[in-house]
Amino acid sequence: MRIGVVTFPGSLDDSDAARAVRFAGADPVPLWHADHDLQGVDAVILPGGFSYGDYLRCGAIARFSPVMTSLVPAAAKGLPVLGICNGFQILCEAHLLPGALTRNSALRFIHKPVRLAVENPETAWTRAYAKNQELLIPLKNGEGNFVAREETLDELERNGQVVVRYLDGAPNGSSRDIAGIRNEAGNVVGLMPHPEHAIDPLTGPSADGLGFFTSAVKALAGTGA
Amino acid sequence: MSDKDTIEVAAATGDQAQPHKELGLTDDEYGKVREILGRRPTAAELALYSVMWSEHCSYKSSKVHLRNLAPSAVQSEKLLAGIGANAGVVDIGQGYAVTFKIESHNHPSFVEPHQGAATGIGGIVRDILAMGARPVAVMDALRFGAADAHDTARVLPGVVSGISFYGNCLGLPNIGGELAFDPCYIGNPLVNALCVGILKHDDLQEASARGKGNKVVIFGSRTGGDGVGGASVLASATFDDASGKSAKRPAVQVGDPFMEKILIEACLELFEQGLVEGIQDLGAAGVACATTELAAGGDGGMHVTLDDVPLRDSTLNPAEILMSESQERMMAVVRPDNMAAFTKVCEKWDVEATVIGEVTDDETLTMTWRGATVVKIPPRTAADGGPVYSRPMSRPAALDALQADSPAKFPRASSGADLKDTLLKLISAPELADKSWVTQQYDHTVRGNTVLAMPEDGGLIRVDEETGLGIALATDGNGRYCKLDPYNGARLALSEAYRNVAVTGATPTAVTNCLNFGSPEDPEVMWQLAEAVRGLADGCEELGIPVTGGNVSLYNQTGSNAIHPTPVIGVLGVHPDVRQRVGAGFGTDGARVILLGETREEFGGSAWARVLHGHLGGQPPAVQLDSERILAAVLAAGASSGLLASAHDVSDGGLAVALAESCLRGGRGCDVSLTGDVFTDLFSESAARAVVSVVPGREEEFASLCTAHGLPAAVLGTVTGDSLAVRDVFSVTLSDLRSAWEAPLPALFG
Repeated sequence: MRIGVVTFPGSLDDSDAARAVRFAGADPVPLWHADHDLQGVDAVILPGGFSYGDYLRCGAIARFSPVMTSLVPAAAKGLPVLGICNGFQILCEAHLLPGALTRNSALRFIHKPVRLAVENPETAWTRAYAKNQELLIPLKNGEGNFVAREETLDELERNGQVVVRYLDGAPNGSSRDIAGIRNEAGNVVGLMPHPEHAIDPLTGPSADGLGFFTSAVKALAGTGA
Repeated sequence: MSDKDTIEVAAATGDQAQPHKELGLTDDEYGKVREILGRRPTAAELALYSVMWSEHCSYKSSKVHLRNLAPSAVQSEKLLAGIGANAGVVDIGQGYAVTFKIESHNHPSFVEPHQGAATGIGGIVRDILAMGARPVAVMDALRFGAADAHDTARVLPGVVSGISFYGNCLGLPNIGGELAFDPCYIGNPLVNALCVGILKHDDLQEASARGKGNKVVIFGSRTGGDGVGGASVLASATFDDASGKSAKRPAVQVGDPFMEKILIEACLELFEQGLVEGIQDLGAAGVACATTELAAGGDGGMHVTLDDVPLRDSTLNPAEILMSESQERMMAVVRPDNMAAFTKVCEKWDVEATVIGEVTDDETLTMTWRGATVVKIPPRTAADGGPVYSRPMSRPAALDALQADSPAKFPRASSGADLKDTLLKLISAPELADKSWVTQQYDHTVRGNTVLAMPEDGGLIRVDEETGLGIALATDGNGRYCKLDPYNGARLALSEAYRNVAVTGATPTAVTNCLNFGSPEDPEVMWQLAEAVRGLADGCEELGIPVTGGNVSLYNQTGSNAIHPTPVIGVLGVHPDVRQRVGAGFGTDGARVILLGETREEFGGSAWARVLHGHLGGQPPAVQLDSERILAAVLAAGASSGLLASAHDVSDGGLAVALAESCLRGGRGCDVSLTGDVFTDLFSESAARAVVSVVPGREEEFASLCTAHGLPAAVLGTVTGDSLAVRDVFSVTLSDLRSAWEAPLPALFG
């Protein structure tokens, strides 16, 4: 099982995402922003960081990179894609997910472990969890305030597209305490908290995040990929 | 006029007046430059000497004292590079080496807090990179004026946002540091940044230009007009009241952490492919410093075509190009046959790289601009030949009175209610209160190897995932102790940093330092500096660990008001297996709580004297370096045998504050009994102590370990419940402690 991890200039949590893939029992494959070639991977992770220095707007430049021109059609065909933090921002900019991430309501970078509830365990990235399972995962961002039009938010709720929700209120001000969402098909998931930093209690607040990565492994095994 | 000022013009117009004083050179120093060159310097040469001979770059006032820090042969066993290199390099075993250094960015952080602090991180990270290492973590030791002072509300949030902005975007975990307040730092905040990097022994890089015909390449950001004269005019002079902040603002640089991130990745790939013969970061004094130091460190000659330096502002003249402190630039020496591969790596990372000259063998640094020679100097005269001053020193006239003014005169709490009140006042003082307001703005998780970070005593980073090898780091300083006695104050700072590394289970191995003082032109400040350096040197000798490098920041004074002498000491420890790390929090119900070390009645410079009585006087606690060594040995053995459930250093605020912190960190209470004078037991700041909790069932083993080392170990009680209870004295619930501890910083800074 091979899971690609994209490195953009300014990606920071790419080695952590690769480690999480390894912990989940799959092989991480480094993908480079300037290549169109997805190297036949079974799934792709867009990691956290500050791609292109977050110039203009978080994710706004990364969405135009060569690797994205291959990833967008592949995602439309069902390739599992997980965007974490900056990766979530890129997925929104690329219109693979609705809404946008804006500056935290307190106008400061926030880093702390947050409690989340898994609301939808039926995506490619959450099927290792039970519905309403509680997770403790680090949040670290300056622009993680999820916003969308009211109709879009209603639709996300109605379709079960809210994947994870903050349990103690959104520290960054996100609408309806939404921490992560999926596309309609359920193969593309984006979230602000960092599950790859909660795979080992030695270096994180818990191992609760590992399920995102084992989910993908399970999903892919299930489809015989 | 400087664009016409060639060496021929200079030779022909020897009498022409030059602005050497405005650039920070004294008449004598200017005379010495003329003597070296046998003519007046050109404008470009004058600029070059003025920055290279500045206090900031040349250490001219501190050099005679810093010689004392050269490590002895025994200490140097593990040193792969020491003082004088961009940063010291220490062998940590398994083929790994670590390089670390702490540096000040005090003056810029006062003038423009956000950019000043941000570029402080950027600068120290490039120092570490220049050694061939991958930077893996940063720390910040911050000191501000009174927490409720008007200007602190401007400086502190700016400094913290600058560190957050730059460090987070760079992808380096911020694993610890300090936050202190004292009115003496108003107008002169201390912003000291530490960076640590990891390399394999073979990866070590040199800052030298060797091999005639090799190319000199500048890469990274373009050179702009920012930071011109930062090292000389800004960092090497005091702020006088009139000139103020705005006049010096252009001397502060502006940082771009994204550029630094791709520069790091490009450099590491260049190192990996063996494409670099020598490398130097561009920090203080920019191109002037990098070219002279590379040339001086190598065969001694270099030719540079200044027209080829890529500029952001095409109107810059040669002097400005030399002095600019634009950030995110590096200079490498590259073999001509490697240039194509070098360029390819830089292009991959979108880093601009330009050949600006080559190595020569004529012992001369020449620079041309628009076809004429504007610099022609022997490079070692600028890099190593600067003035060295033995400045006059005198013991401060007021010191005897200060030391005689003991806090023994103040009333001490004796009833349970008053003792509890004293504890609550201490943990709600801004310097002892919860620092989350600051630390939540820093990423301490990125790279996935952070095992311990603030509010733990020391930061702990995993180096090898297979073996668990790791490194621990702590910084400490106590300006108040140093004000009372700079010699022992420096040894106490060393002592505390050593202990903070030891409580994680690591073995302290090497020392870096950032010496923050007032004006060297004040004999009393010079005496403080000399005493502190002597204390640090003696302390390192006694502990058997070497100083691997450091930084001196002088002129931290406004008018005649100097800061407290504040040596900040960083200690690096080696952890054999980070899976055996020990944290500060009480986490195991029923674990026995033990106080290690001896408590004496020591309140001079204490948190109690400051917070309860606004007092500074008397003698600081006695230094106990032998006891520190024993304590560290017991902590390391206890950790590796899995005996310790927690370990926390006892320092500011004494045992009472240490217990409160262990309770709050672990979310569990404790029930303890004290046998001596209760006030002294609770609040004295005697050195060489730690409070530990022992894994249930292992008590006897731990007791024998302490006996074997001759370490006093007093059983205080057990971890239990949800209150901090001192039997027959007072009990305070964790929720009351937590509210008192968490409230102050958000109330002050929003």
